[in-house]
Amino acid sequence: MSEFLSPKDLPAALAARAAHPDYIPVAGGTDYMVASKDRLPPPGIINLFGLGALTGVTDLDGGGVRIGACTTYATLLGDARIANTFPLLRDACREVGASQIQARGTLGGNIATSSPVGDSLPPLLALDAVICVASSAGERRVAYEDFLVGYRKIDLAADELIVAIELPAPHVGAMQHWRKVGTRRAQSISKVMMAAVAHLDDGRIADIRIALGAVADRTVRARATEDALRGSAPSEEAAKRAREALRGEITPIDDLRSTAEYRLGVAENLVRRFVLSL
Amino acid sequence: MNIEVTINGESRSIETEGHRRLLDVLREELGLVGTKEGCGEGECGACTVLMDGEPVNSCLVPVGQIQGTQLTTIEGMAGSDGLHIIQDTLVRYGGAQCGICTPGVALCAKWAVEKEPGASKERLRELLAGNICRCTGYQAIVDAVVAAQNSSESSHE
Amino acid sequence: MGHASNSSEEAKAKGSVGKGLARVDGAAKVRGTARYVDDLKFPGMHHGLTKRSEVPHGILRGIHKREGFDWSQVVVVTAEDIPGRNTILLIEEDQPALVAIGAHVRHVDEAIALIAAPTRALAREAHGFLDLEIEEIPAVFDCEEALSAEVNVYGDDNILKTYLIEKGDADIEEKLASCDHVVEGLYRTQAQEQMYIEPQGMIASWGEDGVCHIIGSMQCPFYIQKAMRALLALDDDNLVVEQAVTGGGFGGKEEYPSMIAGHAALLARKAGVPVKLIYERDEDIAATTKRHPSVVRHRLGFDADGTIRAIDVDVIFDGGAYLTLTQVVLSRGVLHAAGPYKCENTRVRGRAVATNTPPHGAFRGFGAPQTTFAYERQTQKAAALLGMSPFEFREHNMLRDGDRTATSQLLEGSVGSEDVLRAVKEVAEANPLPKDDPATSIRHGRGVAFYFHGAGFTGSGEARLAGRATVALAEDGHFEVRSSSTDIGQGVQTMFTQIAATGLGVEPDAVRVPTPATDRVPDSGPTVASRTCMVVGRVVGQASVALKNRIESWASENGFGDMPLRQAATAMAKVEGEISETVQYAPPPGIVWDDETYTGSAYPCYGWAACVIDVRVDTDTYEVAIDRCVHAVDVGKAINPVVVKGQIEGGTLQSLGWALWEDVIYKNGKVANDRMTNCIVPTFSDAPEMHTIIVEEPFANGPYGAKGVGEIPMDGPCAAAAGAVEHALSTLVSSEGFDALPVSPEAIQRAMRLDS
Repeated sequence: MSEFLSPKDLPAALAARAAHPDYIPVAGGTDYMVASKDRLPPPGIINLFGLGALTGVTDLDGGGVRIGACTTYATLLGDARIANTFPLLRDACREVGASQIQARGTLGGNIATSSPVGDSLPPLLALDAVICVASSAGERRVAYEDFLVGYRKIDLAADELIVAIELPAPHVGAMQHWRKVGTRRAQSISKVMMAAVAHLDDGRIADIRIALGAVADRTVRARATEDALRGSAPSEEAAKRAREALRGEITPIDDLRSTAEYRLGVAENLVRRFVLSL
Repeated sequence: MNIEVTINGESRSIETEGHRRLLDVLREELGLVGTKEGCGEGECGACTVLMDGEPVNSCLVPVGQIQGTQLTTIEGMAGSDGLHIIQDTLVRYGGAQCGICTPGVALCAKWAVEKEPGASKERLRELLAGNICRCTGYQAIVDAVVAAQNSSESSHE
Repeated sequence: MGHASNSSEEAKAKGSVGKGLARVDGAAKVRGTARYVDDLKFPGMHHGLTKRSEVPHGILRGIHKREGFDWSQVVVVTAEDIPGRNTILLIEEDQPALVAIGAHVRHVDEAIALIAAPTRALAREAHGFLDLEIEEIPAVFDCEEALSAEVNVYGDDNILKTYLIEKGDADIEEKLASCDHVVEGLYRTQAQEQMYIEPQGMIASWGEDGVCHIIGSMQCPFYIQKAMRALLALDDDNLVVEQAVTGGGFGGKEEYPSMIAGHAALLARKAGVPVKLIYERDEDIAATTKRHPSVVRHRLGFDADGTIRAIDVDVIFDGGAYLTLTQVVLSRGVLHAAGPYKCENTRVRGRAVATNTPPHGAFRGFGAPQTTFAYERQTQKAAALLGMSPFEFREHNMLRDGDRTATSQLLEGSVGSEDVLRAVKEVAEANPLPKDDPATSIRHGRGVAFYFHGAGFTGSGEARLAGRATVALAEDGHFEVRSSSTDIGQGVQTMFTQIAATGLGVEPDAVRVPTPATDRVPDSGPTVASRTCMVVGRVVGQASVALKNRIESWASENGFGDMPLRQAATAMAKVEGEISETVQYAPPPGIVWDDETYTGSAYPCYGWAACVIDVRVDTDTYEVAIDRCVHAVDVGKAINPVVVKGQIEGGTLQSLGWALWEDVIYKNGKVANDRMTNCIVPTFSDAPEMHTIIVEEPFANGPYGAKGVGEIPMDGPCAAAAGAVEHALSTLVSSEGFDALPVSPEAIQRAMRLDS
């Protein structure tokens, strides 16, 4: 008999997680339930969807936001703070699956699955997200880049849950840019994604953060590319240097959906286009 | 587990295992076979039902999650007095051909028109993109939803 | 009184031929009350599952039930349980229903054993405990490699079928050499999945009277009937095949359902209970038939003034591991390969080759899209070479009334070639392409295609089939149209309702068109080949008129002359018993076809079509978006314009999908992308707004002038889309970059890289 637990609050959820490390925490179910028709039942499910403490967007001091892990894409798409302050995240949410997936899929769920093609992940990386993780012992905060430890692997212990994602306020005047290149225009799996944030100072790129999806075993920051651009005026020449740096730091693969050559070429083109748009 | 839920306006009490797919419980336990399975992985949208008014793929919802919600399946879309306007325009404009995607399309379109009454054709296409149809080329469905949209607008005037 | 008769007249007018009567099956479908095979339950029903080969080529040495599972809970069927001949009979007997021990396995996912259990989960568990022992032997997956016959799949040479069409006295090489220009191209197209949204499925049950009843998702009940007679050793009295409401077919439910029906029947026979066999999506994608991959070499010789002088085409289709319908698909492919153009000297050679991949089969267009893609790419290149507009080159060479086709068929009437091309040209010229802004990554392009499609069976096929349909007065007072034509979404029930209502002169709700069952309907032939409206619709119309005439003369002889037809019919039925008229199809006179030389009237008539596709190519991501889609199709007469428009638009998107996105990826003979997440078809957001123009050049022998429409919209948009991408990137890439489908972003990138 497979148990289905719907804890009433966060302490209950954490207690259930500690008591049943083999149970599957499920938020919207849009990853977990795929192709589950004739699958053997799981030992148990800890249902987190709709849990108040894990849902919704709240303001942080200094202009950032805290997003409950079980907040759906649909909720984020309807949130004015996200639209105004983090259009990058809003644009990415809009391209996750389609309406049905957006109604159930959650930001925390995407982080937990940690697929290299997770659509909301590059924006979180480019926006310097901090992941808030809790267990019955307390809460800890981890920079998202450190939270990603391998192919579909995250820094989460068997008694922990992802509870929130914090996004610091972006630099005033920073440009945010999102581009998903998928197999088709909607309801698609990504082939290349780029989330980029940059601001200029006196005509030069003062800071730039570029996160790429579907080009490595996990979502990655293109740090060498960023370094090649920092301090430069946005020009074809700077873009050329950025492309070279990018070629040196990512090694995408061939799979059923696309080719390594395509992923690399498109990532280079997207970086160039972003640089020229600054 | 015991699940209390309202389906098509009727309170139901269901005894089942929470990990099962909502789709299977609707079809096998409740006989609501108007909800169709096309892929079993949330790609085609044929199994769409409305859960608290929002479209969801019932193949991806563990049935334990419907506890306390309001569900609408295709069987509950039309009132007792005939077809819902979207059902009516789908028939008249040729938006239903083989019909297997139609229940999901109709429910998602109902949601889309209510959520964004003035949505452009392009926006409607985006809102409906989780429902795959292989028969129509989508044009007749878009035309039907626009017609329903216009007729709802005029009825509000 | 006046009011009543007016509303009846209004109802008649609304339902008459040429009007957009709302689909008769529409309300049930939008309410979700239409019952598809997976919606049906029978008492005691078990669930079936198929055990399949995981190797592409080998010899079956054993089927082993592993210990650790209680086998008494399930029924296992192998080839030994087959009461009749172990074959899925269609054209030849080369394909087994289940591979027997000691026999060859010829493709991955070939059926070897069957399991039935009270629940799906238990069947799935048993499946995991059933082991296959197969001695693997070398396999061949590429149809050109298979021609060397180093690995033997079929016969001595792996050739499933060859055809040769020759027209003109001159040697084709000499004739080509004498042309001012010769454009030569090599074209490749990929397999395509039909992706009907309802997966395949059947339920079989055996009555105590020994009658086997099969119900399911299908296009051709009598194909299944024929296959079951052989497999189950039954005669027609002990066999009923019934269609359930069917969720799309597109050719994919033409021949493969016989396999599933056979499997369900074998399981039900052994289990002694009804068995439901529904394919999961991955199984459906992996195991069932797809469009034949093709390699087409095309040489087009023409003079400086643009006149086509010589055409030489070499067509190779990959048939997969068994013949199934491949020879018929290849026939249609070669018959369309020279295109709708005048040419005195033509040679078309066709070969279908066997490989160790799951058999390819029927898919809307049936061989014509592959060869249409090739000849319309050639036409595009020829026009560009001469600096002629794509419209002008086609107008100059197109077949018109009174011309002769590649098989020397004289075209007499119902030739809408000029009209369709003019219609799309007018829209195109009124809507010029936007100018490219070099500062952005977007490039615009326009492609044109012009094509034709033979309606009905090839040559003497319709005469051999002799399809029949019946119109009868049913017991409840409705007129019933009985035919084996299946409504698979294309609107047969609505169209027949209108044809019968018009023929009988009654309102449409006086007519009913039930889903067919082989014990209740005559054999009207299969629901394929754009023949249902033109051929079966014609006999439905004739039967309706004959029935009306009979009722009217009875009524006037018996003093009921003023009585409305339905009442008169009811009165007549009380006296005469069931009244019905059955008409058998008689092909139009003058159809002469020589199957040996492939000359003569290949088809009773042709549909004609042209389309214009405008695209936007993003040179950063190589993605293609379709901005405009204008499609004009000559359908003879639109019995129901809404239904016809639906056929055109649905076919158009399948063609555009095939051109730009859809692909089936095989790895070691197995479909690697067997899920809807990676075997993609277009969504609402990928599809363009469609501008559809119905052209009507009536066909004298079709019902009210109608001819075929089901397949033609699939043939040409693919070539127009490839041409549009070529046009958009014409300054960046040479045209060979777009000679293979799909023109995917990866392919565009490769082409741009090779040319830079």
